[in-house]
Amino acid sequence: MQPAQILHPRPEGLYCPLADLYIDPVRPVARALITHGHSDHARAGHGSVLATADTLAIMAVRYGADFAGAQQALAYGETLNLNGARFSLHSAGHVLGSAQAAVEAGGCRVVVSGDFKRQPDPTCAPFEVAPCDVFISEATFALPVFNHPSAEHEVRKLLASVAMFPERTHIVGAYALGKAQRVMAELRRCGWEKPIFVHGALMELTELYKSRGVALGDVRHVETAPKSFYAGAIVLCPPGALQTPWVRRFLDPVTAVASGWMRIRARARQQGVELPLVISDHADWSDLQRTILDTGAGEIWITHGEADALAHWCESQGLKAKALHLVGYGDEEEPSAA
Amino acid sequence: MNRFAALLDRLAYEPRRLSKLALLETYFRETPDPDRGWALAAMTGALTFKHAKAGLIRNLAAGRTDPVLFGLSYDFVGDLAETVSLMWPANEARANAELTITDVVEGLNTTPKDDLPARVADWLDRLDENGRWALLKLITGALRIGVSARLARTALAQFGGKSPDQIEDVWHADAPPYTHLFAWLEGRAEAPSTQTLTRFYPPMLSHPIDPAEFAPLNHADFSAEWKWDGIRVQAAAGRDAGGKPVSRLYSRTGEDISASFPDLVAGFEFDAVLDGELLIRREGRVQDFNTLQQRLNRKSVTPKLIAEFPAFIRCYDILALGDDDLRALPLFERRAKLEAFIEQHPFAPIDLSPLIPFDTWDALAAARADPANGGAGVDAEAVEGVMIKRRDAPYLAGRPKGYWFKWKRDPMVIDAVLMYAQRGSGKRSSFYSDYTFGVWTDAGELSPVGKAYFGFTDEELIELDKFVRNNTTNRFGPVREVTHTRTKGLVLEVAFEGLQRSTRHKSGIAMRFPRISRIRWDKTPKDADTLEDVSKLLSLAPEAER
Repeated sequence: MQPAQILHPRPEGLYCPLADLYIDPVRPVARALITHGHSDHARAGHGSVLATADTLAIMAVRYGADFAGAQQALAYGETLNLNGARFSLHSAGHVLGSAQAAVEAGGCRVVVSGDFKRQPDPTCAPFEVAPCDVFISEATFALPVFNHPSAEHEVRKLLASVAMFPERTHIVGAYALGKAQRVMAELRRCGWEKPIFVHGALMELTELYKSRGVALGDVRHVETAPKSFYAGAIVLCPPGALQTPWVRRFLDPVTAVASGWMRIRARARQQGVELPLVISDHADWSDLQRTILDTGAGEIWITHGEADALAHWCESQGLKAKALHLVGYGDEEEPSAA
Repeated sequence: MNRFAALLDRLAYEPRRLSKLALLETYFRETPDPDRGWALAAMTGALTFKHAKAGLIRNLAAGRTDPVLFGLSYDFVGDLAETVSLMWPANEARANAELTITDVVEGLNTTPKDDLPARVADWLDRLDENGRWALLKLITGALRIGVSARLARTALAQFGGKSPDQIEDVWHADAPPYTHLFAWLEGRAEAPSTQTLTRFYPPMLSHPIDPAEFAPLNHADFSAEWKWDGIRVQAAAGRDAGGKPVSRLYSRTGEDISASFPDLVAGFEFDAVLDGELLIRREGRVQDFNTLQQRLNRKSVTPKLIAEFPAFIRCYDILALGDDDLRALPLFERRAKLEAFIEQHPFAPIDLSPLIPFDTWDALAAARADPANGGAGVDAEAVEGVMIKRRDAPYLAGRPKGYWFKWKRDPMVIDAVLMYAQRGSGKRSSFYSDYTFGVWTDAGELSPVGKAYFGFTDEELIELDKFVRNNTTNRFGPVREVTHTRTKGLVLEVAFEGLQRSTRHKSGIAMRFPRISRIRWDKTPKDADTLEDVSKLLSLAPEAER
């Protein structure tokens, strides 16, 4: 069977005609498979949703328990047969519950990466290589300028700054789902034992992570308190909150942002970031290459991001490549969402 | 390079002016000569290298990286030095310590042209990512770390316990690496001599004003001149300590631009400092800015270029005459001295910017509305408004309140449709921030009429960028085509200063200073203006009054 008969792009998202199902559709559809809980991939209002139990739980926190007409959980490695198409989910290492979607029909196997990373992350299962004929990859950081340092290296940079300015509050902008909890877990691994304070927008998802067995230690909601109370503290908030009056409650804060985009100086400066932390939940340039080779796929389709560069590299390796230019993804890590 | 690279890195991320000053001051205090002087030169734009240019870096990058990937990366990052420093294949990074900024500057100045690429490549291999970035920044010149030359000199003043104006006054008396200047600031030497009179005075700048603001003011306290649409310059000439004639031409920011205007500088046979506008005159009439720009855009200054674009300075102030600093005198007294001076130097490439006679504000408004009949005559097309100056004002550095005002010509405005968008550079890198817009032709098609890349707020930029990404219909390298049918697309209100017939543009017209004045989310493309509407404005534009 031709890969395009198994999956092809439509304005709503990647479509599987056999199962009449869309993967990460950007508008409401009858049947959806959701790779992970970020708002650009997981939207409310579908007829029925297939996803990992963690992703379903995340969607329930974000959109309310009735976010879809029906829900079905699929564990990593479990298989579901829908009208001749065999679906399975495989860990993507991106955030809690994130999955790659494999679809197999007529002897051809297509894997949709969703968003993924290869770096270790204490808050989610590690990436699993899913061999396939066609690999449909994201390309958020698909340029040779993106070489992400280890998260530990960046968190140590944060701790060094805290040690240098013990009287100031360090505010770290981090996306509410995944990044914030990863920063917390990395802080714990690096020996930060004091309470971590968080903006209200981070509370629910952090509680969810804890309830699903991710150890994050003492995490407290930022309360009204004298400015001096937060001297020397580490506070996490959504990146957007850094530009709001909310930050005025802290004394002479140092603003940090944890994002792969921090690799580019202009990006950091556009947001007024003083302490850029290059911590990304996406694969960097070399990990994208490694993963493509690991899957053994002869054909690579690219969903969103720097598609032209990745397609060029694939062709230089003798792999067929095409950019799908899917619209509507990538908002979660873009500064425009901040 | 360690210390210099760390300084640049911290400055780049430090948003607060006071903290930037503190960082610079500490650097000047802790860094020995001549390293600190070379760093100062880099930050004030005083360093150029004959052979080490951006092209050299491009070639090096081309040799070590895939050209397509390099092009895409450069387009994304928007800064050559940063792109190469991030992409340069990492050699197990060795410490930067053994390489100083002085080694690099001297190396760049003395290495033969043919050996330079290998030399720079060797340095890049020896530096870590931040060191590579600092090295490449030195070569490309555009530091983009949020430090102006003025800020660097303010830090220098702070370091030496002087006022910024004291630094400005002696700035041109020393040259990189400024060892004499530092010796003076540390109390180890006399101030560098400014006897040569080739000094630069920080210019006096004006505030925009509208009629409501000056209506209550007494018109008799003010004089008015045309606001000429050229480039603001300072002409300084005199004799050096040895009695040899010296002449210099400075830009508004104090950059020495003598080399670009040898024809002008050769004619400065006087002992004075003059403030005025550099303009082009052909066949007895002053040309508009478009013409001047054709000369400014050329890299090499040839006799042909000089003959084709004869430059002169239209003067409106005199700051020094012989050894006398005139800046404390009131404007009307300086004006009298200037008029006498111009009269005594009939062969110098200078003339006098005339006063606009007016006895009421309404009379001035009438002159501004019609410069050709208001006194500017054949030169009207180089007028972009009027300047209003207090007659008793001294000449003060910077933009003091209440003395000088500019009342610019009203901009023209059209509604156009966004057609293409391109990624910006520098601060805008990765945002689609350059917009090509069009208006409707008789045939019912959109014809591009201009390109604008400012006028919007940071929040609006985010919205525009999002619109472009979500409504892309085609891609051409860094350019995206955006939906622009009669019913779907984005209408932009575009303001501009002037309009010209142009054979180089498909639409037949060229705009001057176009900018986005409003985003018309409320309009659909079919509501936008037509080429005919725009052509009507052409007859209103002063450029058309030929």
